[in-house]
Amino acid sequence: MTLGLINANPVVHAKKERVARPLDDPHADDAVDPLEIYDIVRDIRDPEHPYSLEQLSVLSEESITVDEKLGRILITFTPTIQHCSMATVIGLCLREKLKDCFPAHFKVDIKVAPGSHADEEAVNKQLNDKERVAAALENPNLRQLVTECLYSSEL
Amino acid sequence: MTGSSALNFWNAYWSGTLMLFSHWAMNFSIQSVKPKSEDIGVSRDELSRALLLAFAATPLFEPFAIPLLLDKLSSSLPSAKVESFKYLGYCAPMYGSDRMAKHGGALWSSVKDVLYTSPESALSVESESDGGMIFEESDIMVEALILLEGLMQQNSDLLLDMILGDEDINNFICSFLKPWDIHDTPLQLRQQLHSVGRLLAVSAKSSMASCNRVFEKFFPQMMEALGCSVGNHSDESFATEDRALSSRFNYGTLYLCVELLDACRCLVLGFKESTSFPDFIHEKWCCMLHGFCRSLINIFFSNLEAVSGNAQSSFAYTGVKGLQLLATFPRSFAPVSLLLFENILLKLVSAITSNFDKKFSWGLELKALVEIGLYIEGYQESEKAATFARIVVDKFVSWISSDEPAMPLSLKMQAICETGMTGISNMLRIVQGMEKAISAKFTQAYVDGNFESVELVIKVLECYSARVLPWFEMNGGSEEVAWNLAAIIWDKIDNSSSVNLTVQNYELLGAAMTAMKQAVRRCSQESQEKIVNRAFRVLSASTLFPLKDSPFATSLSNSEDSYLNHHVDRVSCRDEWIISLYASVVIALRPQTHVQNLKMVLQLFIMALTKGHIPSAQALGSLVNKLPSKTNERHLSQEYGVEEAIDVILTSSIWNFCQSNTLRKCSLFGGGNEIHNTKCLAGLNHTSVHISAIVGLAWIGKGLIMRGHEGIKDITMTFLGVLLENTNNGDFPESCDPIEGKEQEVIPLMKSAADAFHILLSDSEDCLNRNYHSVIRPLYKQRFYNSVMPLLLSSTRQSNSIITRSMLFRSFAHVISETPLSAMISEANKLIPLLLDSLSTLTEDVMHKDVIYNVILVLSAILMDKNGQVAVLENAQAIINQLIGLAAYPHMMVIRETAIQCLGAMSELPYARIYPSRTKVLQAISKALDDPKRAVRQEAVRCRQAWASIASRSLHF
Repeated sequence: MTLGLINANPVVHAKKERVARPLDDPHADDAVDPLEIYDIVRDIRDPEHPYSLEQLSVLSEESITVDEKLGRILITFTPTIQHCSMATVIGLCLREKLKDCFPAHFKVDIKVAPGSHADEEAVNKQLNDKERVAAALENPNLRQLVTECLYSSEL
Repeated sequence: MTGSSALNFWNAYWSGTLMLFSHWAMNFSIQSVKPKSEDIGVSRDELSRALLLAFAATPLFEPFAIPLLLDKLSSSLPSAKVESFKYLGYCAPMYGSDRMAKHGGALWSSVKDVLYTSPESALSVESESDGGMIFEESDIMVEALILLEGLMQQNSDLLLDMILGDEDINNFICSFLKPWDIHDTPLQLRQQLHSVGRLLAVSAKSSMASCNRVFEKFFPQMMEALGCSVGNHSDESFATEDRALSSRFNYGTLYLCVELLDACRCLVLGFKESTSFPDFIHEKWCCMLHGFCRSLINIFFSNLEAVSGNAQSSFAYTGVKGLQLLATFPRSFAPVSLLLFENILLKLVSAITSNFDKKFSWGLELKALVEIGLYIEGYQESEKAATFARIVVDKFVSWISSDEPAMPLSLKMQAICETGMTGISNMLRIVQGMEKAISAKFTQAYVDGNFESVELVIKVLECYSARVLPWFEMNGGSEEVAWNLAAIIWDKIDNSSSVNLTVQNYELLGAAMTAMKQAVRRCSQESQEKIVNRAFRVLSASTLFPLKDSPFATSLSNSEDSYLNHHVDRVSCRDEWIISLYASVVIALRPQTHVQNLKMVLQLFIMALTKGHIPSAQALGSLVNKLPSKTNERHLSQEYGVEEAIDVILTSSIWNFCQSNTLRKCSLFGGGNEIHNTKCLAGLNHTSVHISAIVGLAWIGKGLIMRGHEGIKDITMTFLGVLLENTNNGDFPESCDPIEGKEQEVIPLMKSAADAFHILLSDSEDCLNRNYHSVIRPLYKQRFYNSVMPLLLSSTRQSNSIITRSMLFRSFAHVISETPLSAMISEANKLIPLLLDSLSTLTEDVMHKDVIYNVILVLSAILMDKNGQVAVLENAQAIINQLIGLAAYPHMMVIRETAIQCLGAMSELPYARIYPSRTKVLQAISKALDDPKRAVRQEAVRCRQAWASIASRSLHF
């Protein structure tokens, strides 16, 4: 039996143009800001469709908060539909990408936006549980899916 | 061929053509040819062109081609539309008006669709900020307009019937006849307004008859909407007209009106270029315009006034454009009389005077004046030219030295230069004004340091160097302007006795030197000789002469260390001015120009360079670069050739601080040459003088190296001598005995010797380049590289001292970063280990950070070059290790960034070579992910991805 797509017809939004940052003060340090994180995660491919998380409006710059002093990053994402079983895969992708792109001292919290998912609490718990994340990434199928989403050149 | 066989042939041909077109219609799109078809050696453009020629081969294709192309217009692909319009535009004249007539309706509807129904024009950048009406048309619109123009030429009546009878267009224009606010109008309406304007303009431009029809149809309505009446007012009535203000700000109508004016002006000027110049004054449109001309000018005036009131730049655009158009109608167009023309100019000048704080409208007004000036120059309108010169140019010139208007000086100069550039007579007037200003204010600025005069003279001189002199060079003006400028400056210097030393004075000196160089380099040999002689007279009258009495000379013959310092300040500011300007003249001379009293001049420059006076050093470099080399080439009266000059320069005592001075030993100057001055600076240990001497020697060396003179060898050896000697021999004067003191003295000296290689090889904008007539031997950098490299390498191997090694590597770094890559790449194998050595040595001291950056740029260039690949592969491990170190270099962000980029490039090398380093690289990069600078972090993310993926097949997608 062929499984159907979970969200067969998602709404696709236009990509925003990447704005070049104004030249920073050459002597000051550049703090990590939400836009920097967003620039890294916006091009992650959706597990189901050949669109980026940005195009599907799963993520936005406003949904990311960062506190550099405490070393914390919080990403709140919005799955395209309430029953999206791919929410955990998206969360895994985000976590994996941030692990690659930011130093280990940042603590990353990943949550679904309040009210955007039927099993909100369960998904949040699963995504922020170190053991369960590690276990999930040991599953070859899941690992394959995550890697494809992160490094896909389809977009 | 018999009749029947001919018939058969035609039948076959015809049926073939029919099949071909039906096949195209079904399957073939012009777009179906791939843009990149290099594999078959034919480009898409060539195929498209061939098909275009085939379509237009015979009018017989018309029944097939036109429907096919019209059909293609309905495609959603923008490029298909562009191509179709292009084909239609090309085929229409080939097929003839009779055949095209039946497609008129279809063609008009497709053009209207593109232009009016869904226009794709984009607001231009400058217009975006103020919600204006300056649009950039899309390619489709441009092609559609070209087609429309072609069709109008072919059969204007038919198309005009359609355009003027089109209800949509008529309704649209009527809807715009009532006042509305441009800023509240949606973008699409503005785009449509723009398109309708273009449509009317293209229609009116095609012929007199069509211009008449368009005017008859729309112009009276527009004038009524604007509240204009046909009037024959007296000229004084400009201000007294009583109009409802709102009607003057009917933007849509004004916009269309300006477009129409533009169109009929183009029409008239088009005729003017051809031989038969019709009497268009009796044309209907001309009579109409004639009647409304005065009222229109009035309305444009009030538009301009509105700008000064509430900053509506859109109205400024129509107002200024309208006035500019009316002012540039040919003289024979009676309504715009000379008086009206004067009024327009006066209005624009007064607007420029008062609106300088509104950048957009100020720029428009100036541009309009410049356009008017260019038109007058282009069409030889002598009466208007006189009026323009009187009202605009003279007025602007009077601004130079007066406080009125209260406009920033830079804007004043911009306005003055741009109006001057409209024609030679205007420019000459402006130059006269500028010369007067310099004459009047230079002494004030130069002697008293009066702030305002200094600022003014600096601006005028900058204007000369950057705009006026280049303009005369481009437009074939005489050298008189350049000559006059140089003469004025020397006169002024000559006539003043003292100078006030201020900071602004240095700025003024800089501006004067640049202007002097720019002026002298444009003069002919004879004028240059006159200038240099004049300058020498001033120089010889200064306190710098006679040399034996000057502070320079005494300081040299005196062995007291403090004496020199004492006298540095005693060189008066005026002397500094004179020698700087004289050096500027010498820098810009042509090789053929004869310099009088060369020996004295050389000695003077040598003295000055010991004070750190760089222009003197540059002038010496220029002299040795340009002096004739052989006696027979020399001018009879020329006392010196290059050999003698070098002899004078290098036997001077100032180089003797270097213990093993190769300059005095070398065969070139050896034999009879004794050092004249035994009381030399050698024992003085006066570091700053030594450094100045090294910098001076470097500039002299640069002059020699560029002409490929052998003397450069000795100069190079001197630098190497300074680098090697001071630490290896330990031969320091006793006063420097403590180690710290010794280092303090020696390191700056060695650093300047190392940096001399930078001066030798880098391109300078101030002197010794093509602009200043330098003698440049081809490939001189390559030759120097080949000769100096072995020396540097053997010295590096021999030296034990860390400081010496680092300084030698600094020199090496300068040499490789200035030599073209192609000269070095063949020896990349030898170069890379050295390069890595130099990086590891230089990273130990923060003062080398700029040099490290240059070296790493060379390394990255080698990494990117195909010819360097083998060498890179052989040294892969060492390169990676070095780059890992540099990725954490704390003193300069760009070094870290480039190092990480290079590491990223290294990941492309064969797997087996780089795999052993993978873990090391990833560890280093994970540290770089925490870099304080964002650019480095972003580079690190990319590099990490590249290195992480080399081990995992699954990461390649």
